[in-house]
Amino acid sequence: MAITSVKNLKEFSTANDRFEGAHTLCPGCAHSMIVRELMNCTDDNLVIGTNTGCLEVSTAVYPFTSWDTSWIHIGFENAASAIGGAEAMHKARKRKGTLSDNDAPVKFVAFGGDGATFDIGFQWMSGAFERGHDFTYICLDNENYANTGGQRSSATPIGATTSTAQAGKHSYGKKEKKKDIVSIMAAHGAPYVAQLAPNKWKSMAKGFQKALETEGPCFINTVSPCCTEWKFEPKDTISITDLATDSLMFPIYEIIDGHELNILYRPKNVLKVEDYLAAQGRYKHLFKPEYRHVIDEIQKGVDDYWEMLQRREEARV
Amino acid sequence: MQDIKLKATEKRGLHELEAGKDLLGWDEVTQGSILPSFEGDASNIAHLKQEERDYSHYNSYTATVASWRVVKPVFNMDVCIDCQNCWVWCPDTSIISRDKQMLGIDYDHCKGCEVCVEVCPTNPKSLLMFNEHEDIENALSQWPEKKKKEKK
Repeated sequence: MAITSVKNLKEFSTANDRFEGAHTLCPGCAHSMIVRELMNCTDDNLVIGTNTGCLEVSTAVYPFTSWDTSWIHIGFENAASAIGGAEAMHKARKRKGTLSDNDAPVKFVAFGGDGATFDIGFQWMSGAFERGHDFTYICLDNENYANTGGQRSSATPIGATTSTAQAGKHSYGKKEKKKDIVSIMAAHGAPYVAQLAPNKWKSMAKGFQKALETEGPCFINTVSPCCTEWKFEPKDTISITDLATDSLMFPIYEIIDGHELNILYRPKNVLKVEDYLAAQGRYKHLFKPEYRHVIDEIQKGVDDYWEMLQRREEARV
Repeated sequence: MQDIKLKATEKRGLHELEAGKDLLGWDEVTQGSILPSFEGDASNIAHLKQEERDYSHYNSYTATVASWRVVKPVFNMDVCIDCQNCWVWCPDTSIISRDKQMLGIDYDHCKGCEVCVEVCPTNPKSLLMFNEHEDIENALSQWPEKKKKEKK
């Protein structure tokens, strides 16, 4: 596999972009940073499937496409099964020798938002992982259905206000906790599962390359701050991601073969989740005295999860 | 130094005006459609730079979102250290970077989100936001001086 060097940014920047501008994602959207990074970290041919979501509706506005690779969109839920089918066909045709270039390296990638991954497409993705197709599934986790107006998804964390779980006099927003999708996918026995963030570009590029190289289904959950629904200024996308990783709301780690857990980034100064929450409009109501207890609850959840990750890293189980 | 003219830029903007003429309308489109991104063979795309590629008019590279912008980033080559932070985090593929050097901004695709200015590490910043109508020469002439570190 021809991989781009990610030793430093200068060398990485010699990659030729295969994701074109003039898509209609919001200014400052992290989705396209993640997609660009994936497509820049390899020279191989890519076959990409995308679930319905912000990424899909914005990059294929008829009569335009922003993708310089093979790209397919079918439904909200089935990028994983579409790419699984394409991969199976490629394997069969390679065996029969009916491809135009039998030796050309091809990688299969599926993109999905958190709605398509955590809720609507979960069954399809789980099925594709069980069948063991050689593909990489990348979830762009912006914690709501941003494409349709910011409804709650099962990725929305506790306390966030969304258009269908609104904060007000009687409610502090969403009351349920976020699904732990990384552990769920690791429990499928996938050879490589990780949670990565765009502000740590190097660990993200290395994680992508590892997932593309690994044979079998790989899952990567990426944090994708949404300036529209998280309610912050577009220019702050990277600094919000910094806060998310440094406050351990989004710890960066990988799980190999379902048990070997490695923490990829340990913040020098662990911030309080309060700093992360205060930077976003969707948590503004939590700073009222009556909802203070939710912040404590979030902090406790984050601390417990970090403790669990550290213990798992040590125990190797 | 600001007017970097790429070969393919000549195609831009033309298609948007003519989109309705020879293509199907939204209610005439069949259920599935294929949009080829390139004219002819596209197997070697990963090894070609943007200006060397033969984009088809379906590729959004030939379109522009410049009208989204109210402020624009201006690039000052004299301060830049070519760290490529802006390149890796630009969401719109609008930083023109060739052979490890930052060359300028692709104003046809930039939406003015200001991420590049935020991640620029130099002092003073080598990218700053100015009003869309501001002349680039004029903007460069009012570049701020190097800030001294505050003593603690």
